[in-house]
Amino acid sequence: MRPFSVHNGVVAPLRRDNIDTDAIIPSREMKRVSKSGLGIGMFAAWRYADNGRDKDTLVPDFVLNQPAYAETTILLGGTNFGCGSSREHAVWALTDYGIRVVIAPSFGAIFQRNCYRNGLLAIELAEASIDAIEAATAADPQKLTVTVDLTAGRIVTAAGEVDFSISSEVRERLLSGADDIDLTLRYADEIAAFREARYADEPWADLTDGAVPVPYGHEKQR
Amino acid sequence: MPRTLFDKIWATHEIRSLGERTSLLFLDRVFMHERTGSIALASLAEADRAVANVATAFATMDHIIDTFPGRNDSTLMPSGTDFIRSLRHGAREAGIRLFDLDDPLQGIAHMIAAEQGIALPGLTLVCPDSHTCTLGALGTLAWGIGTSDCEHALATETLRTRRPQQMRVWFDGQLRDDVSAKDLILHLIARYGAAGGRGCAIEFAGPAISALPMNGRFTLCNMAVEFSAFTGIIAPDSRTFDYLDGRPYAPRGASALRARRYWQSLCTDTDAHFDHELRIDASACQPMVSWGTSPGQSIGVAEPIPAPQSLPTQAEQAAAERAQAYMAVTPGERLVGVPIDAAFIGSCTNSRLADLRTAAKVVAGHRVAPGVRAICVPGSTTTKRAAEAEGLDRVFIDAGFEWRESGCSLCFYAGGEGFEPGQRVISTTNRNFEGRQGPGVRTHLASPATVAASAIVGSIQAAERVGHASV
Ligand code: SF4
Repeated sequence: MRPFSVHNGVVAPLRRDNIDTDAIIPSREMKRVSKSGLGIGMFAAWRYADNGRDKDTLVPDFVLNQPAYAETTILLGGTNFGCGSSREHAVWALTDYGIRVVIAPSFGAIFQRNCYRNGLLAIELAEASIDAIEAATAADPQKLTVTVDLTAGRIVTAAGEVDFSISSEVRERLLSGADDIDLTLRYADEIAAFREARYADEPWADLTDGAVPVPYGHEKQR
Repeated sequence: MPRTLFDKIWATHEIRSLGERTSLLFLDRVFMHERTGSIALASLAEADRAVANVATAFATMDHIIDTFPGRNDSTLMPSGTDFIRSLRHGAREAGIRLFDLDDPLQGIAHMIAAEQGIALPGLTLVCPDSHTCTLGALGTLAWGIGTSDCEHALATETLRTRRPQQMRVWFDGQLRDDVSAKDLILHLIARYGAAGGRGCAIEFAGPAISALPMNGRFTLCNMAVEFSAFTGIIAPDSRTFDYLDGRPYAPRGASALRARRYWQSLCTDTDAHFDHELRIDASACQPMVSWGTSPGQSIGVAEPIPAPQSLPTQAEQAAAERAQAYMAVTPGERLVGVPIDAAFIGSCTNSRLADLRTAAKVVAGHRVAPGVRAICVPGSTTTKRAAEAEGLDRVFIDAGFEWRESGCSLCFYAGGEGFEPGQRVISTTNRNFEGRQGPGVRTHLASPATVAASAIVGSIQAAERVGHASV
């Protein structure tokens, strides 16, 4: 996983509430059995003409299509950002496009976890603080760049600083970029012992050898 | 200390605390489908990692496969075949039970996990799909995860999980005879907003839930995620035990008796603490239809569509304006009587046998209105066969419905089959987001009875007293 510590980048406001993962990447853009190359499909229905089907024609009003925001790496979103489907493609699309930070009043829970699993920093901030960041940046194209410092828990704009908090468990993992599976497999013995005790308590949870019924022709079809 | 149902299941799965409300949780079941499971398995294999417990991992084909009769690996969705073959390959290599295209038990993941007794009370189950919460209806702690977490789940049988806050939604009273669980959940989401569930583990309880048959419980829990819940769950009771009795992967004989004794303890103790409590009067709920592009934007079928300026926050006003423009509806207008182009009965929300029976009861002896395309897609092959054994397929076909093979089908648009831009569709599904059923398509969410009645009339219409509160 790509580690995250300090990031400097252009911030763009996209402050609609309930921006769902279908909007972040429409289903039809998820064409390959792969995590890469999804940036082109990000926000496709809003970014490209004809509901996203005409990729050669940009929708001029869409914020990321405006020249000042061409280098955007930080998004300001609305409440419940990333709600909807669990598709991790939404995060892969954002990271592939170059987004490193999303700041919103709240996030879809699965989306937020997916962000952390992919080194994308999802920061929850009160509406007023997001207003302040937007006010400090949007007015002047010279001031669109801000610094997001994960170690200090601080966002620095041309007009001042905004603090944010994030759980230390998530912060440590983002800072180190460590792989979760490797970390967890350190507990392999503990997990195995837990499984054994659990299967003794709830034997029906155990489907290993012999416990698996023949799945065809079961007697009770409803 | 008194504990909630959620507390009890969490406690029997917590391997260790990782600090700050985060725990390493043991997972009893992992389910996958071809759309996201394919990537998880491929990426796991690429990293040269093994599946920790193949006996408790399952996979199905539901999202991308076609639902036309005589289907095979080719799909209307460009490159869909790659997903199908990739999952098949990954499952075979790993030794995971796959409910493949031609398997008589194939179906939508959340439906077959229940039908086969793979999900059981008190177990944990994850699937890289947001509607995994459907299985909370059985008292399973089940939730949707992303693909990376699915890899973690497969490789370690565990997940690092932040303990969610807890909410109880208490449903007083009883549902009217013409009102279903679908109406009830839309009513709840409309009342408290699509973010009302605040990432909580939500227990649905109260007299209206005790009286709710299993089918309605699945529908209710299915849409917990549309309420922004971590998941939804209902304490198992005799309806649950009866439902599970004899299911292939459910315990039998002496084991079943022991299981039942344990499952009876899976309920919230009196005075247990919830972070949030909501109360809903189920008897005040009426047939609901969504007017906008979020399930929270729903109203009673005869109620006027709200004016954006009447909504409390600026954000809600802007969202309503946008939604009304997209949906081509106007404030003050009533949905009843609005002409439709298509009607869709299907999805993990509402395509179980009881849903099909309800819809068939409304449709029987009638014809779909001229110009309306009506489609019925059972959620599993088991359900499809059971419906055919009762002759429900004939009822739908005679009325002019398409009768399809099982799968997610037109619940979502993946670049293959979809409705036409601008078309107005009444649908038993769970999401009415922009473009969900095809670019520019306008989706109205409703119950199977309402969708069936609308298909016949040709415009949005609630069914009269079809008795579906009893299904
Ligand atoms: S039926 Fe629809 S909501 Fe359910 S799993 Fe399939 S695509 Fe998702």
